Amino acid sequence: MATTATIDTTKSRWGGGVAPMNASYGKLMMWFFLLSDAFSFSALLITYGLIRYSHPAYEGTVSEFTFSTEYWPIPEMVFEAVPFLHGVHAPLIFVGIMTFILILSSVTMVLAVEAGHRMDRQGVIKWMLWTIIGGLTFLACQAWEWSHFIHGTAEGTVNAMGETIFGANLTENQYGPPLFASLFFFITGFHGFHVFSGVVINFIIFFNAVVGTYEKRGHYEMVEKTGLYWHFVDLVWVFVFTLFYLI
Amino acid sequence: MSQEETNNVQVIPEDKEKTKKIWKVAAILAIVTIIEFIFAFTLPRGIILVSIFLGLTVVKAFYIVAEFMHLKHEQKALIWSIMIPTVLILWLVVALMVEGTAIFNIRY
Repeated sequence: MATTATIDTTKSRWGGGVAPMNASYGKLMMWFFLLSDAFSFSALLITYGLIRYSHPAYEGTVSEFTFSTEYWPIPEMVFEAVPFLHGVHAPLIFVGIMTFILILSSVTMVLAVEAGHRMDRQGVIKWMLWTIIGGLTFLACQAWEWSHFIHGTAEGTVNAMGETIFGANLTENQYGPPLFASLFFFITGFHGFHVFSGVVINFIIFFNAVVGTYEKRGHYEMVEKTGLYWHFVDLVWVFVFTLFYLI
Repeated sequence: MSQEETNNVQVIPEDKEKTKKIWKVAAILAIVTIIEFIFAFTLPRGIILVSIFLGLTVVKAFYIVAEFMHLKHEQKALIWSIMIPTVLILWLVVALMVEGTAIFNIRY
């Protein structure tokens, strides 16, 4: 009797035969991919911080703020336009709406994952569809914001050489130093591309749920994995929102 | 979506407690964002406001990672495998803040 091998489940977690982290290979790799993606995004965002704080800040009051290429702009004066309300000063309203859209699509994603745990195909289909709609709406908002940022305001800004600049591109910028626009395009563009690929992946998962692939497989783990990616995109936006629009 | 396909799959009924918790986390995220909004227009701009914003951002990040991504309820080994490497990000923040100040001092 003494030689009978018994498996002590508390000690043999790393001894083989079980998934030691209680997560499948695919899920673990998604986590580590997201960790590496977090490094990419933090490198970009910290670079934004570095470049911003190596430029002079605007010293005066918010109400007297004017655009100049000499100092870093106050975000609420740059991002103050809302579609269909031309000429109305609505600081940060539009980006606030975008933030809520992304948070809500994250919520519908969790609900899709939760429905997947219950093998509820109709639930997964419904909530995945809402998530895709949320993602597409966010992308459309961002397209509008980029377009407004590129075209600029009607007055423009006079730069150091006495020329009037309208809007922003990679070489000149009416809102502040040229680097401000470059970083805006690079970081929100990189994030927007993540949202775009997230929508594409979500659509593939939605399609597979509709045709019953996961029901045949017996589990909805793929919904969970894309869910992780989608929440990560939301997580990055939380940081972009703070660094670009609030500070 | 024919009848035969769905008949053999047991759909577990929805646990209201679980969905209630999801919406609760969503409400927390929304409220923190609204607080950030109010602060952006009422408090004077400066180092204190920046610190408040970063603190609130970390609060939101915690709820997204812990609850939405479910990391809080995973195995300890998985939690630490993800959390420990992020220390390198904190190091980068500190390193480039020092660097940024040095660049500013040289240029202006």
